[in-house]
Amino acid sequence: MVKKDLLKIGNKILRSRLIVGTGKYKNFAETASAVKASGADMVTVAVRRVNILDKKKPLLMDYLNPKKIIYLPNTAGCFTSNDALRTLRLAREMGGWKMVKLEVLGDKKTLFPNMVETLKSTKVLVKEGFQVLVYCSDDPLLAKKLEDLGASAIMPLASPIGSGLGIQNKVNLSIIIKQSKVPVIVDAGIGTASDAAIAMELGCDGVLINTAIAKAKKPILMATSFKNAVIAGRQSYLAGRMQKNYFGAASSPKKGLI
Amino acid sequence: MAKIQLNGRKISVKQKLSITGLLTKYKIDHKKVAIELNGKIITKNMYEKKIIKENDKIEVVHFIGGG
Repeated sequence: MVKKDLLKIGNKILRSRLIVGTGKYKNFAETASAVKASGADMVTVAVRRVNILDKKKPLLMDYLNPKKIIYLPNTAGCFTSNDALRTLRLAREMGGWKMVKLEVLGDKKTLFPNMVETLKSTKVLVKEGFQVLVYCSDDPLLAKKLEDLGASAIMPLASPIGSGLGIQNKVNLSIIIKQSKVPVIVDAGIGTASDAAIAMELGCDGVLINTAIAKAKKPILMATSFKNAVIAGRQSYLAGRMQKNYFGAASSPKKGLI
Repeated sequence: MAKIQLNGRKISVKQKLSITGLLTKYKIDHKKVAIELNGKIITKNMYEKKIIKENDKIEVVHFIGGG
């Protein structure tokens, strides 16, 4: 068996290399069941206005205890550096979390990140003492730049957020994985369990999944599937795959053939 | 009464109401939210002292499900 293979991001140590989002579920009960089935130690959460008119509205915190599972506040929906910074400062005030996920979007249709604003925000957040996991494009040069600015983890997209298109640029992802000294978490675009296994086999340190679980026909079963896929992909990466050959190579010895 | 804006809605609150008073009025658990008053974050230890004034803009946020 593989000895304890933990993922260290900033000052946090995670047993699971699967991080899950908590959006798009039918209700909080389903969110909580899916998170449990996924085995994730860390979940992403969004910061939004309290609905002041509905005093009995259920709260995420009543279903997912932030003392038992690490909340990673995210800036999803922010299109400028200022909005992202404002959101994360509020998140820090709310629970005292220094670890956050930065996501500054640049285009409403593709939801691709605005890397100029992302770089700017990373710099400010690191200076303010945040540990920042940064959603980014799969450009190796920009990923390196984020690492140089002090990002705690690099989170390149596999394909557009919520698209389920899987990994579209294995070469770029592999280059980012090979060059990075901080963890690389593949974020966005993973559609099904095999995509996650491929990401892990490429050598990334973890994957972040939301829509692929939440929008599966059976989200809780899919959460279990992703848990297994991430473990399988990681083990496969650590085991080191066989070499590819263009011709057949028999598995049985020729000697003693009758 | 003081006219203020709370989470984008225009409302009136009684004079000399503190942030703590406002949260109580709306039955909001102070441990589960963060508050911004006129664009500045108010730390939890200031909720009692901070008195709401006419035209104040207050944002009360919390964590919800997200990706």
